Amino acid sequence: MSYRVKRSEFDDILSKLQEDYKIYAPTRKKDKGTFSDTDLVLYDRVSSLEEIDFNSKTKYSPKEVVFPITQTLFYFNGDEYIEAEDKGEKVLVFLRPCEVNAFKRLDKIFLENGPQEDIYYKRLREKVKFVVMECTEGFDSCFCVSMGTNETEDYSIFIKVSDEEVFCEIKDEKLTEVFADQESTDYTPEFIQENKQQVEVPALEDITTDLFDSEIWKEYSKRCIGCGRCNTVCPTCSCWTMQDISYQDNENIGERRRVWAGCHIDGYTEMAGGHDFRTTYGDRMRFKTLHKIYDFRKRFDIDMCVGCGRCEDVCPQYISFVGAIKKLNQAIKEEKNNG
Amino acid sequence: MVKNPYIPTAVEIISIRPESEVDYTYRLAIDLDVDNGQFVEVSIPKVGECPISVSDFGNDYIDLTIRHVGKVTNQIANLEVGDKLGIRGPYGNGFPIEEYQGKDLVIAAGGTGLAPVKSIINHFYRNPEEINSLTLLLGFRNPANILFADEIAKWEEADHIDVILTVDEGDEEWAGNVGLVTGFVEQINFTDLANKEVVIVGPPIMMKFTSLEFMKHDIKEEQIWVSFERKMSCGIGKCGHCKMDDTYICVEGPVFNYTKAKNLVD
Repeated sequence: MSYRVKRSEFDDILSKLQEDYKIYAPTRKKDKGTFSDTDLVLYDRVSSLEEIDFNSKTKYSPKEVVFPITQTLFYFNGDEYIEAEDKGEKVLVFLRPCEVNAFKRLDKIFLENGPQEDIYYKRLREKVKFVVMECTEGFDSCFCVSMGTNETEDYSIFIKVSDEEVFCEIKDEKLTEVFADQESTDYTPEFIQENKQQVEVPALEDITTDLFDSEIWKEYSKRCIGCGRCNTVCPTCSCWTMQDISYQDNENIGERRRVWAGCHIDGYTEMAGGHDFRTTYGDRMRFKTLHKIYDFRKRFDIDMCVGCGRCEDVCPQYISFVGAIKKLNQAIKEEKNNG
Repeated sequence: MVKNPYIPTAVEIISIRPESEVDYTYRLAIDLDVDNGQFVEVSIPKVGECPISVSDFGNDYIDLTIRHVGKVTNQIANLEVGDKLGIRGPYGNGFPIEEYQGKDLVIAAGGTGLAPVKSIINHFYRNPEEINSLTLLLGFRNPANILFADEIAKWEEADHIDVILTVDEGDEEWAGNVGLVTGFVEQINFTDLANKEVVIVGPPIMMKFTSLEFMKHDIKEEQIWVSFERKMSCGIGKCGHCKMDDTYICVEGPVFNYTKAKNLVD
């Protein structure tokens, strides 16, 4: 069922939704960007239409909603372990189709991989509903169409804003009540069908371990500086590390948390005693690239990368992920010609 | 309610046995269903957690042989009998010892690599009828680093076990073999090749070259088994640190047949 809502009335809808949900959406923070006179676009809680930036890509993805940067797992009290409580807050998150698809990738790791579900992820994930913002133009670095992540059917609300009105398709019956007084319309969601960037993802059978030693990765040893920005902005990077802390005022009490980890960052593979794997940045670029477009697919039948282009947007060394995939394709071609 | 997989159980230390200057075996009072070669996550509250292979186990205990070398293990060094360690697991697969029944089994272990295979050795030490022969090729950096010296002596006395013990560097008192494990592979009896199974555990470079050495003697890839050690935070396929290609060492490993292991690149 679709509705058209006057912009002036949309805040009433948001406040009704807020009775049950915390609402997160892209917001623009004036002059908070890295460089002078630039803004920072990032996810934050919102309560009005005015606060939502429908036209920009956030620097960080919405994954924090289900996978916080730092998450307390349990508390230590002497020899006792006390599970961190579930705050139980329901969440509505405004996002784009590629980002809904990114959640599906996180689900694979946290809910399907290994012998059991990750209960901390699950209890947050179960409370998240998606408000998909229509995205038919994309941004310069996007390549979602190539990754097949430009469309989604998994949403509670699909939304398109114009100067005067907001068009909403409601799929979630629990939310229709909020729109009951609004005029119905025949709005149907549209999805982007062509990005500015396109790339062909290699076939699984074309990737061999010979390519692991390819010269293409060596260039990244010189360019990448291992800052891990690409990992932190990626909507599908799901790695984390355990971290224990004790409280200053009482050393008997503390907590165990998990914190984000990134495969480009020093220490990611380092074990006690100092033994380390993938010491060159080129090897780390190879590891990440193949995880995003090859070995994840081998395991779960879908690529991990959703083509949002954030890694390219934030790289201080201007490394393009699309560029890396294209180089890989070239290396495969050369390998075939030589073979 | 689903059990929280991340919360450890506090388990009492019942004995601490020095193996070398830096390696100690902690016996913990816990009834755990362990397969040979599996590991547990060991916790010190407010310090951290690390994966440690189970070096032996019985009905009401597990042994962990721990080198005091990192943030968590250096804290473990301060613990005494009666203190507690946090334990969760066991995790990973184990060695398929049922496939070794009736075979001529060779176990080549380098340094602390002996820990995850010690329970297999003791299993066949106690049950000689289950195996045709057992050959141990054990290498250590130097005589002071030799682990489980009493048990090695016990294995040496068993009629059905042959032991080749070597150190990379000897000292004035050392009268035994000197040299890398790879150099002693040729001393193994390579008759009846089809009946052999070979387990190789140690540092990555040792596993690689020892495997190649066995293959020079016409041992097939399918007959070789190795065990990997990687950084792990979770042990249950979530944290990502141990992944190689599409394989999670904590879930599908740490034990692999060589046919699989040879294609795993860090």
